[in-house]
Amino acid sequence: MIDFDNVSMRYDPNHTALSNLTFHMAKGEMAFLTGHSGAGKSTLLKLAALLERPTNGKIVVNGCNYKRVSRRKIPYIRRNIGLIFQNPHLLPELTVFDNVALPLVIHGFSHQEIQKRVRAALDKVSLGNKERCYPKGLSGGEQQRVGIARAVVNRPALLLADEPTGNLDPDLSAEIMNLFQEFNEVGVTVLVASHDLPLIASMRHRIITLKQGRLFDAGAQLQWQANHVQEEGVLV
Amino acid sequence: MSLSDRWHKLLERHAHASVSSLGRLWRTPFATMLTLLVIGVALALPACLYVLLGNVQSFGQGWDKGAQISLFLKVSVSQATAQDLASQLKQRDDVANVTYISPQDGLKKFQAQTGIGDIVEDLHSNPLPAVLEVQPTLSVQTPKSIEALLTDLKRLPQVDIAELDMQWLKRLYTIIEVIRRGVWALAALLGLAVLLVIGNTIRLSTQNRRQEIEIIKLIGATNSFIRRPFLYSGMYYGLFGAIIAWILVSITISWLNVPVVQLAKLYSSQFSLHGLGFLGGVKLACVGIVLGFFGSWFSVNRHLRANEL
Ligand SMILES: Nc1ncnc2c1ncn2[C@@H]1O[C@H](COP(=O)(O)OP(=O)(O)OP(=O)(O)O)[C@@H](O)[C@H]1O
Ligand SMILES: [Mg+2]
Repeated sequence: MIDFDNVSMRYDPNHTALSNLTFHMAKGEMAFLTGHSGAGKSTLLKLAALLERPTNGKIVVNGCNYKRVSRRKIPYIRRNIGLIFQNPHLLPELTVFDNVALPLVIHGFSHQEIQKRVRAALDKVSLGNKERCYPKGLSGGEQQRVGIARAVVNRPALLLADEPTGNLDPDLSAEIMNLFQEFNEVGVTVLVASHDLPLIASMRHRIITLKQGRLFDAGAQLQWQANHVQEEGVLV
Repeated sequence: MSLSDRWHKLLERHAHASVSSLGRLWRTPFATMLTLLVIGVALALPACLYVLLGNVQSFGQGWDKGAQISLFLKVSVSQATAQDLASQLKQRDDVANVTYISPQDGLKKFQAQTGIGDIVEDLHSNPLPAVLEVQPTLSVQTPKSIEALLTDLKRLPQVDIAELDMQWLKRLYTIIEVIRRGVWALAALLGLAVLLVIGNTIRLSTQNRRQEIEIIKLIGATNSFIRRPFLYSGMYYGLFGAIIAWILVSITISWLNVPVVQLAKLYSSQFSLHGLGFLGGVKLACVGIVLGFFGSWFSVNRHLRANEL
């Protein structure tokens, strides 16, 4: 589903956000993305959602080579990816229903189809009774769930979430993660960036760790720790 | 998806965009009204001048119905030849009527008009030539075709001098032409101003809705989807601005019309100012809509291009 081949990203010439990153995610897989602040998690997700173009390397998502996607075609790629952010990015002037309906309106679905799908998505995130509310009248967790409903209402094949639980208390965080797992169970590929190590460790999915823009595997981590301890030992 | 489905979908999207942008204008009534007034005044000024110019032109046309060419015949031409020539000229398409005035009649007329009969009576012979007064048909009463008729008549061998009575008519037309160009130049400048006002208003609203645009881009909105409501807003500004301009023009014209009618009555004329009329109103609305469309088109595209990857 996601293929990064030797991908590098530099926002400015002397600072590398991602360097020579190669990784693969199978269709229907769920994985977590973690790493220190500034490790490049958001950058990776932005590249996967075609919000940025890489400086080098090849990215193929859902069978589509991003290099070949012209600017005009980007919107159509986005429609097949559900994006969720720490801040749910809702439109304050629209009701919950209209916010969730937005991707369908953009896609040009019929009125009846929109009604049906929005209701289903809101039920899925247990907000069926709040469709007439405005985002301002919702709690942080509820807003985040509206954001998730909007991301899945189009039934995308891929969900990308960037610290979706960053603002939420542990119970709500677990609830949201379970929601992602439910989507994954019906075949959606899910990649979630998160700091919440205890929570993601409890979920038994692959964990991809980034460190200064590079992939950081467990073996290397042990090696690094060993080296570090040794260095410290020498210093002490 | 069938073609009619696609049409249906497109129509639905346009309906959605047009209604929602109308609602958006309605939600900020004060700001919207202010912008509309600026546009209305900017459109009303050239529209007013345009209408007044049209009135001057039709006023001038009323006068040139009296345009007349006097042919002073050579002294050698006999009365019979002159009358022959008169009936010959009457056959022409561009001539409505020809009146023969013999030297004797001319002298009598001259005496009656000037009241210097005594001096004339002292003369032993009549110094006046025979005159043919030619009235052009109404359809040729433009300065150009009258001019053409005049040069034709000048070439006739029997004619000594051909004179158009109303040289001032030509001057009037020249002055009107100068004013007309002035009005167009002013209209172009003020049209540009309307374009800029609408462009700037839309630029501000893209700025205010920057986040919203960003968000709907994230969920797969195409540029044309994002552009559509802004284009409708621009066209609404143009349309409603034009309606305000139409009202301003109507008020101005009817206000001016009162003294104009009084003045015309003094000259026992039925003249009265005409306003923009229905067609003029439609034209004004079209101009407003087109300016609004392009003003917002430029603004939105600039915004979209600046935020593209
Ligand atoms: N738009 C940008 N312009 C310039 N540099 C950027 C931009 N976005 C990210 N960076 C840089 O790229 C690096 C990776 O940033 P990124 O946002 O991917 O980190 P992150 O892992 O998501 O961090 P966090 O956990 O704090 O969200 C950082 O050094 C950051 O300063
Ligand atoms: Mg981040």
